[in-house]
Amino acid sequence: MDLRPTADQRALQTSARDLLARRFGRDRLRAAVDDPALDRALWRELGAAGFFALRLPEADGGVGLGLPDAVLVFEEAGRALLPGPLVAGHLLAGVVPGAATGERVVGLCDVGTGGARLWEHPEDCDELIMVEDAGPDASCGDGPDASSGDGPGASSGCGPDTSSGDGPDAYWNAPDWPTLAPLRSIDPLTPLARVVSYPRRAPRALDVPRLRREATLLTAALQLGSAARTVEMAVEHAGRREQFGVRIGAFQAVKHLCAEMLIRVDIARSAVYAASLTGQSLPVIGAKVLADEAAVRNARDCLQVHGGMGFTWEADVHLHLKRAWLRLEQWQSGAKAEEALAEALLADAAAV
Amino acid sequence: MDLTYTPEEEDFRARLREWLAKALPELPARPDPLDWPGRRAYDLGWQRRLYDAGYGSLHWDAPPALRLIFLEETELAGAPYVGANFVGLLHAGPTIAAEGTDEQRARWLPPILRGEAVWCQGFSEPDAGSDLAALRTRAVRDGDDYVITGQKTWTSHAEIADWCELLVRTDPEAPRHRGISWLAMPMDAPGITVRPLRTLAGPAEFAEVFLDEVRVPVANRVGAEHDGWRVTMVTLSFERGTAFVGEVVACRRTLGGLARTARANGRWDDPVLRRRLGRLNAEFTALWRLIQWNVGAGGEAGGAPGAGGSVFKLRYSQARQELYDAAAEVLGASGALDADQEWTAARLSSLSYTIAAGTSQIQRNIIAERILGLPKGR
Repeated sequence: MDLRPTADQRALQTSARDLLARRFGRDRLRAAVDDPALDRALWRELGAAGFFALRLPEADGGVGLGLPDAVLVFEEAGRALLPGPLVAGHLLAGVVPGAATGERVVGLCDVGTGGARLWEHPEDCDELIMVEDAGPDASCGDGPDASSGDGPGASSGCGPDTSSGDGPDAYWNAPDWPTLAPLRSIDPLTPLARVVSYPRRAPRALDVPRLRREATLLTAALQLGSAARTVEMAVEHAGRREQFGVRIGAFQAVKHLCAEMLIRVDIARSAVYAASLTGQSLPVIGAKVLADEAAVRNARDCLQVHGGMGFTWEADVHLHLKRAWLRLEQWQSGAKAEEALAEALLADAAAV
Repeated sequence: MDLTYTPEEEDFRARLREWLAKALPELPARPDPLDWPGRRAYDLGWQRRLYDAGYGSLHWDAPPALRLIFLEETELAGAPYVGANFVGLLHAGPTIAAEGTDEQRARWLPPILRGEAVWCQGFSEPDAGSDLAALRTRAVRDGDDYVITGQKTWTSHAEIADWCELLVRTDPEAPRHRGISWLAMPMDAPGITVRPLRTLAGPAEFAEVFLDEVRVPVANRVGAEHDGWRVTMVTLSFERGTAFVGEVVACRRTLGGLARTARANGRWDDPVLRRRLGRLNAEFTALWRLIQWNVGAGGEAGGAPGAGGSVFKLRYSQARQELYDAAAEVLGASGALDADQEWTAARLSSLSYTIAAGTSQIQRNIIAERILGLPKGR
């Protein structure tokens, strides 16, 4: 029993960090702020490095690793603020041809109850998977063009006949199928569109609960990486910036903010790593709650430590905060997650 | 990353469970909290049973994973807490084991392990709390003795202790960290006056100890003269590491109890309260994982958790207070204002957690300076 990464896992994480430092350093990050179109060459390079195929069996051209390894790599992506539909690319690598190698960019959008209904990088995706809840509440699409269009997979129309029964469902969409409402994304690195309606023309047999669970966990890992990075940024600044003749990190008002940031990272990391080992729903939800808290509050404290500089467009702090806010809304946001964790208490007999 | 236990560890757990199932029903009735001699006998009796069953020295010599299993299983089974054995098992004992001579180890350790001696801690003073190195209790050499005069405070179990691990100033001229020595003081020595202090929770849980020319043999000093600060640091990290493991298990059980009570009395209909309990569920689950993380890290470093213990202690002490604040809301006025209500009493006690064993503010300094490397300052 040892929750810490093994030597192999640390090496994997280091190589991910090195790749991102080399290919997505600060210059590239700031360039992406001005032009958030996805860097397809970088996407293919991520594919070649096994970022998307990490958990596919080696026989299928994958790396054959597990969820804990994926979490470590995603932590690095979060730390580097790497943009793009990373979670979708990873989770759909074995489903959508070309996704594993990064040749094709695939989006994943949760339109179920409480889902964000937001589509990341709509201009960049070659295809899109919608996941929703089946059952009586799942109306037939929910927009006027639910049965229009004529793309591939053409069982036109929708409804229970295409559904797998009582579980949630997934649908493949060509990028021009959904009806979108424009949205100027708060995160300059992540263009967004709100999905108004879409055709249920091409159902896909996917394990949606598992997809959601793993998307939640990987999103938590991204949050964790961001939270860890903003502690470093705050500590670097507090150790350099001088006021009243001393480095501001010597003031308890500042150093205690930094200490609290580290505590949030440590608690979130324990939760995220442990959840990656059990893969169970509740620990994953709990990990997301704590990683969200760590990412959002750390970014805010980091901003505070940076003072006026932190409020500028030029500093990177706001990019972490905005991405953290975005991820907070994705895959198990606050209220729904906390309700699920509360409900579990009634059944749980304090099993450890 | 691995959450599984080895077959040997699972075997240890199974045997421990079996033993607890047999041993716990044989325990005498729990003493009244105000009955100090009764508490002493009960706590020492429990340690004796642990010793006879081979678990007596587990805190000192078992691998961290076994200690974790022990603390988890004893809590789940409802076994007695370490109680009056706390300082002996978790402060003074480990210090003597690490820093004492063979003779000192042979003299003091077996009685601790056999449940025959209670130790208390004479560290804090009225003017030396968070700033422990400001301690002023003086020890002056007189032949083979130190003659000690001063005052200690927050001394738990002083009324029933046989020994006190005492920090004294042996060199008032030296820089303050370098003039301190660590002594084992017999509590029946002439010149010692113990005055119980009532806590805000009601009962007297600790005491002031007044020392008026108390003679302690020089042979009772552990470590070199004036080297007591370094000797002491060994024990403090023990305190922040494993002391709260069982409590986290207990808090998780309490949280389940809060949810069921809220469901029964209708307060479950309040989504704000439900969400609060849900968040605490995530919190205590993660605290348990953080313990497991620290145990893994401690196994590498040789047993005593380092600054990582401060991270845990800080977050746990806050979470515990939030838990019992939520309990007050679940209970409503008639329960939250009833000092005899179990959770309400625990709410009062929880107020000490962000102060004892290093205040939250001191812990934040430790984390910021020792882990994050921020400059020292005010």
